[in-house]
Amino acid sequence: MSKWTRRGFIAAGVLSGGVLAVGVGIREGHRAPKLAEMMTEDGETLVNVWVKLAPDNTITAIVPHSEMGQGVFTSMAQMLADEMDADWENVTFEQAPAHEAYANYPLGREFILGDTKVPGFVQDSLNGGFLRIAQSMGLQITGGSTAVRFTGMGGMRIAGAAAREMIVKAAGKTWSVPTRELRTENSYVHHDASNRSAPYAEFAAQAGTYAPPTQPKLKTPAEFKLMGQSLPRFDIPAKTDGTAEFGIDVDLPGMKYAAVMGPPVLGAETVSIDDTYARETPGIIKVLDKGAYVAVVADSYWHAENAIRQLDVTWSQTGAEALNQNDIFDAMRQAMDAAGDKGKEDVAIGNARRAQNAATRVYEAEYSVPFLAHAAMEPLNATAWIHDGQIELWSGLQNPLAVRDEIAGTFDVKKADVHVHNVMLGGGFGRRSNPDYPLMAVEIAREFDHPVKMIWSREQATQQDCYRTASVSRFKAGLDEAGMPVSWDNLCTQKHDPPEASQIPYKIDNQLIHYTDVEHHIRFGPWRSVDHTQHGFFIESFIDELADQAGMDGYAYRRKLLEHAPRYTAVLDAAAKAADWGRVVPEGHGLGIALVDSFGTVVAQVVEVDVTGSEPKVVHVWCAADPGYAMNPDGFIAQIESGIIYGLTAALYGDITIEDGAVVQSNFHDYPMLRMDQAPDISVEIINSGAKVGGGGEPGTPPIAPALANAVFAATGVRVRSQPIANYQEGLS
Amino acid sequence: MSETQFSINGQDTVVDADPSMPLLWVIREQLKLTGTKFGCGIAQCGACTVHLDGIPVRSCSTPLAAAEGAEITTIEGVAAEDGTRHKVQAAWIEHQVPQCGYCQSGQIMSAVALLRDNPNPSDEDIDLAMSGNICRCGAYGRIRAAIKSAASA
Repeated sequence: MSKWTRRGFIAAGVLSGGVLAVGVGIREGHRAPKLAEMMTEDGETLVNVWVKLAPDNTITAIVPHSEMGQGVFTSMAQMLADEMDADWENVTFEQAPAHEAYANYPLGREFILGDTKVPGFVQDSLNGGFLRIAQSMGLQITGGSTAVRFTGMGGMRIAGAAAREMIVKAAGKTWSVPTRELRTENSYVHHDASNRSAPYAEFAAQAGTYAPPTQPKLKTPAEFKLMGQSLPRFDIPAKTDGTAEFGIDVDLPGMKYAAVMGPPVLGAETVSIDDTYARETPGIIKVLDKGAYVAVVADSYWHAENAIRQLDVTWSQTGAEALNQNDIFDAMRQAMDAAGDKGKEDVAIGNARRAQNAATRVYEAEYSVPFLAHAAMEPLNATAWIHDGQIELWSGLQNPLAVRDEIAGTFDVKKADVHVHNVMLGGGFGRRSNPDYPLMAVEIAREFDHPVKMIWSREQATQQDCYRTASVSRFKAGLDEAGMPVSWDNLCTQKHDPPEASQIPYKIDNQLIHYTDVEHHIRFGPWRSVDHTQHGFFIESFIDELADQAGMDGYAYRRKLLEHAPRYTAVLDAAAKAADWGRVVPEGHGLGIALVDSFGTVVAQVVEVDVTGSEPKVVHVWCAADPGYAMNPDGFIAQIESGIIYGLTAALYGDITIEDGAVVQSNFHDYPMLRMDQAPDISVEIINSGAKVGGGGEPGTPPIAPALANAVFAATGVRVRSQPIANYQEGLS
Repeated sequence: MSETQFSINGQDTVVDADPSMPLLWVIREQLKLTGTKFGCGIAQCGACTVHLDGIPVRSCSTPLAAAEGAEITTIEGVAAEDGTRHKVQAAWIEHQVPQCGYCQSGQIMSAVALLRDNPNPSDEDIDLAMSGNICRCGAYGRIRAAIKSAASA
């Protein structure tokens, strides 16, 4: 992050009331013609406004992300405030509205460019392109562990540093002293030589007359005061007294309530609806046949839900009615058989085939994972009100800007007439990045002149989800005499994102990673850490098998294959050391280890499992994680803990099954969650290696399933090649 | 429809509603106390936990009729009248427990009831009292630590 070019996207000005605003984004009149075309609406400047300094010296960070439990408002403000030398007591945040100006262009740029070297931090033509892409894709997304990595590093810090420099320059001018004699602290400028001090706000008007610096100087980690501190999160107090407002809490005058019901077989449409009994429900206002789903609007949600359960709906046949869980897996295996050695190529290094043929022996295994639902605590909901030619929507959304665009496109209205109010999300995990539910709320509310709050029942949320895909993975490893791999052939199914999830960190000279996809009617959706959930389990379990084949323990074997990668070995060593790897464990216990690099953060976990009860119980998880630099260490640890429990729940119990084309599970009684009595102790050690900053929300999830499976193997000698792991004994006979 | 009388967070209240309506929806939609959450509707997740005559109950599965003459406390009534946070709420902040926060009203209601009846709960006591409350953000370790911290406050 060395350069900030002259055409960089930074702007400043004094707003009405004397508020200084410094934004990082793109300037109006930018020469990229595509960008000029996008500026079609009045007042649209295509500037991301990220910091405001008010006359009372309060500083507001404007955060273009959604709060779903990851503490994003706090970490973003923290990064900005530190660069600005702001008084943390007087720093607050606003969530950016769903508007093009807040298109998350650092994310878009990173999305396309990845690690590609670009001359300078911001390169004009590239960034023009990226902003355009970010906007055309409607990216204002919270997901992919992107907030700190992209928005924070590429936006917040620069906005804060630029604002500080402008204020210092204004103070120098006002006091007629050289800026080098000034220092800043806690939102004050000090001139020690003349014993003068003044709050930033005094210089706001003057600062606003300057062009912002094109290369604001950023702090080094040694200079950080707020970054790297476990500052308490802004959003927590309201989450302890019932005042935090989630989507489901939105209350508007005259509002009515809608329950919805989708088809048991996804993709079916209504043929007929018999509402004889439903109409007898008190409070019912209307039954709506929307083809793809049915809605009932009533004076209370309970009445609406009761009524919808009384409907007798005939759904169309889609052809998937005879499909069962095993058919989907069989289709994947058949596709893999057909692909043989020639799946779609993902990674090809050396010559895996030749090396395998020359190997001392070949070891093979097949793994699979089932479908998973998201099961966020807050059932999906959205409130819509169509009035005066405007569409207003209130909902907890991971991608509010895309939802606004979807609404405008679907209902053929101008984007300017769509107003999306994003509120707190009661969990997202990827599910709230799909615009299906806000679109339904608008579609229902269009039939009324009053607001309608649509709430999905838990059953709907479970059965109408966009699922973590089920998938199968086959490995063939060519081994040398010592049992070390000379070739790695992995044929996978159902590839989604991120594309690198199937890659391995281990040094194996000959690799072929390829895949094949099978079409089926079960909707896909990103699920915490996306493809890393399955590949982490597959790869880290199979490597453990290879360790066993070599007569080595999993830690030593991995270490040998990671000699080229000190960042990985440091993390692996830290987890092993914390767990006292190699110690004698109690009878019926076992230790398992796994390492996954995802979303820029390297995580190793050691699980101690106790298999003496009716199902495996995880006693303790020791975790080491290297995110490069943890901006808010306690917040980062909380995210890792959360990722572990989320992944452990899935590993132990997660199993969405398909029968007669429909999802069988419906609620927490048959789609169980990990609870307090099964929750392990978790220790997390952060390694601030100084590597490029990685994410926090997702990387805790992928290693836990393989670490558990490997621990079960250590305890029992039984290799677990499928999930849910709670049922591992059922495969034994 | 019929009238049901009860007190909620110390306020005498009369509601005119179907006596079979779950207390959850009366509290949320009629009394506008939205801190109590809907999670599953079948008493499996605990997000809707309130105190009915001091006992933690799942309000999604408790009919309004059961509240006749009862004293109900919701998350909004946990703090002292002067606004001082309950020691459980304070511990929740100290340990930075909530993430998305959606389940936390229910968690706190269960924890408040536990500590009132058992000022020094063991790990097993905590397991027993808290296992009816699901947290999808997985804050269990922090919840346990916060309960112990509140117990010693």
